[in-house]
Amino acid sequence: MLNVIWGFFLIGGILTGAFLGRMDLVTNAVIDGGRNAVELAFTMAGVVAVWSGILKIAEKGGMIDALAEKMEPFLDFLFPEVPRGHAARRYISANFAANFLGLGWAATPAGLLAMEELAKLNGKTGRASNAMCMFLVVNMSSLQLVTVNILAYRAEYGSAAPAEIMGAGIAATLGTTLVGILLAKILEGRGKHCGF
Amino acid sequence: MRFLMVLSDFIIPVTVLFIVVFGSLKRVNLYETFLEGAKEGLHTVVNILPTLLGLMVAVEVLRAGGLLELLTKLLAPLEHLVGFPAELAPLTLVRLVSSSAAVGLLTEIFAAYGPDSFLGRSASVMMYCTETVFYTMSLYFLSVGITKTRHTLFCALAANFTGVALSLFLVGQLFGAG
Repeated sequence: MLNVIWGFFLIGGILTGAFLGRMDLVTNAVIDGGRNAVELAFTMAGVVAVWSGILKIAEKGGMIDALAEKMEPFLDFLFPEVPRGHAARRYISANFAANFLGLGWAATPAGLLAMEELAKLNGKTGRASNAMCMFLVVNMSSLQLVTVNILAYRAEYGSAAPAEIMGAGIAATLGTTLVGILLAKILEGRGKHCGF
Repeated sequence: MRFLMVLSDFIIPVTVLFIVVFGSLKRVNLYETFLEGAKEGLHTVVNILPTLLGLMVAVEVLRAGGLLELLTKLLAPLEHLVGFPAELAPLTLVRLVSSSAAVGLLTEIFAAYGPDSFLGRSASVMMYCTETVFYTMSLYFLSVGITKTRHTLFCALAANFTGVALSLFLVGQLFGAG
């Protein structure tokens, strides 16, 4: 999917540029794109490293395991077919916790492990289980309560109060997650009739 | 609503405080552990740099060529009908595909209109409450060989759409549309 889109961006951009007589801009874009990416990486490096360090402390202090226990009722509702004490629940909790804290980079490895465990429960069908669909819908509805990257960019571009949008952000995030969960719960019972 | 503003200022320091206090009570070697995690974090950034590079070049070429403007112009009557700001249309589309490319568009909006404008704030909240749907789906499902994804895409897109609408509504209510 990403291959197709990436190719489409380049081919579409260059062909449109040729058609509209904007090849000078396209030339600059090739050069600027690379430079901007490296500059962005410098900004990100500090933010991501600090939060990875903080998360490591939370992990070693046993906070992730404690969180998994606290989430039991929530997990019972979302993933009724995943038994309590199953490894999938621990990885799902770690992934959700990292997402709550806006630590996408810490969430990905835990999320991949969770999918592996859910696949073991599902068998080799090639068809997503209800739990897999729910896990990804929740992930893609955004769970973050704390975002640092966006605040860092806001500060970099001279915002007078970079954190002022966090209240609205948290409220909107709760809204998207609620819509995602409700729709997934409604549709998951309908089996193949709603499939893509 | 005032509570939300206070929460905004407190949540990061309190999160850090909570984790560090909890860690020290559990006798974690705080500084050493932090450095261990920070090192992993730096590696992560180095690892994603090529992805960032590839996506930003592709997105800049796409935008410089004018295809995105063409698309948003074609969609303009629809946007006008529902009162959607045209400046945010590219971000809304790109956000589905790539987080790093969306960050590129976000910073462009900040540079053009300022982070404290209606557009800057709305874009910030939009980034906050949405995720890279296509990237996340491919990554997770393909990692375990799932091809029949059932209702996942529909639910994710519906959540994303809700997020975009909520962003505009909440920023308008909290900060005004100016």
